[in-house]
Amino acid sequence: MNERVQLLLSTADDELIVGWRDSEWTGIAPTLEEDVAFSSIAQNEIGHARALYELAAAELGTNADALAFDRSPHEYRCAPLVELHLLEWAHTIARRYLYEEADRLRIDALMRSADTELAGLAAKIDREETYHRLHAELWADRLRDEPRFRAAVEELWPYALGLLEPELRPELARRIGLRVDSTQAIERGEHTPALAELWHEMTEVRRSEPGAEW
Amino acid sequence: MVTAEQVWHALEEIPDPEIPVISLVDLGVIRDVRVDGTRVHVSFTPTFLGCPALEAMKRALEQTVSELGGEPDVEVVSDDSWSTDRITPTGREKLREAGFAPPAPRAAGPTTLVQLQSKAFRCPYCGSTETRLENIFGPTPCRSIRWCESCRQPFEQFKTI
Repeated sequence: MNERVQLLLSTADDELIVGWRDSEWTGIAPTLEEDVAFSSIAQNEIGHARALYELAAAELGTNADALAFDRSPHEYRCAPLVELHLLEWAHTIARRYLYEEADRLRIDALMRSADTELAGLAAKIDREETYHRLHAELWADRLRDEPRFRAAVEELWPYALGLLEPELRPELARRIGLRVDSTQAIERGEHTPALAELWHEMTEVRRSEPGAEW
Repeated sequence: MVTAEQVWHALEEIPDPEIPVISLVDLGVIRDVRVDGTRVHVSFTPTFLGCPALEAMKRALEQTVSELGGEPDVEVVSDDSWSTDRITPTGREKLREAGFAPPAPRAAGPTTLVQLQSKAFRCPYCGSTETRLENIFGPTPCRSIRWCESCRQPFEQFKTI
């Protein structure tokens, strides 16, 4: 697997799994407004995953669905932050906020890449992410002085560091107002037990009829 | 043999699967039509990558080309060449008539919350600018929900991207 495919799969897996986790709020968010927001963000993140998987699939001679659903959990390249099963509002908002801030830096780097296909896709994703960022910033501003929210941000910070390559981490720390301690980072590569549980549910229908055309 | 002009003409009849008042051509998502013998190459850009209507659009394009006797080759281009500024004036008018406020023009930088909360958004029903943002997100990724203080009803606002 070349470096480009690895990068595409890491990013796509993050987007798919964070979208999946966000979609868990559909129907149970504290307000209808947030039900709609989380559902819409989830749909869009999964759409970004699809577009990134398609670029990887073209190189690997497969398709986006196969990459999204037919790999085993240990083959996924997502960062542990997106796997966590956090059905608690302060942590959910802390993850959205940290994820969007880190994703912004990663997309920005991809937009400047010499790979025009990837740079073009990153530019499109960037435009759409504007609205996810507004949502995250709105909540982060509202909860900034709440001890529960601040504790959640600090607790998830080592996971947030693991989303990014080391060279992008200082900028993330500057934006969030925390310090980089790379020994503390929970790196991509190891998975939490939550991923296998999520994977089981996510792929259940597809696995029920292997090879079916849906 | 089919010409590019005939293809464009036929594509004008394909409605957007989710907002059928507007055609794919008026939406500005058709990027290019090229005819090479019997083969008709159509490239289009999705509005939002999370758009669930992407496959439906692709199938509709293929079917239209086939009905003209061409051999369809539909390519989805996922770059940033589409923005809401590409919706045609006719398209914007059709959206408004159907109760969807057309998108505001793209500004130099990314959209900010201050812009969304400004008085620049007009109610498609009564024309008032006394409207406020209810939710950045709506029934599809491309729409927000606003509320008109004048005629006291909610309406859908196309997001600017």
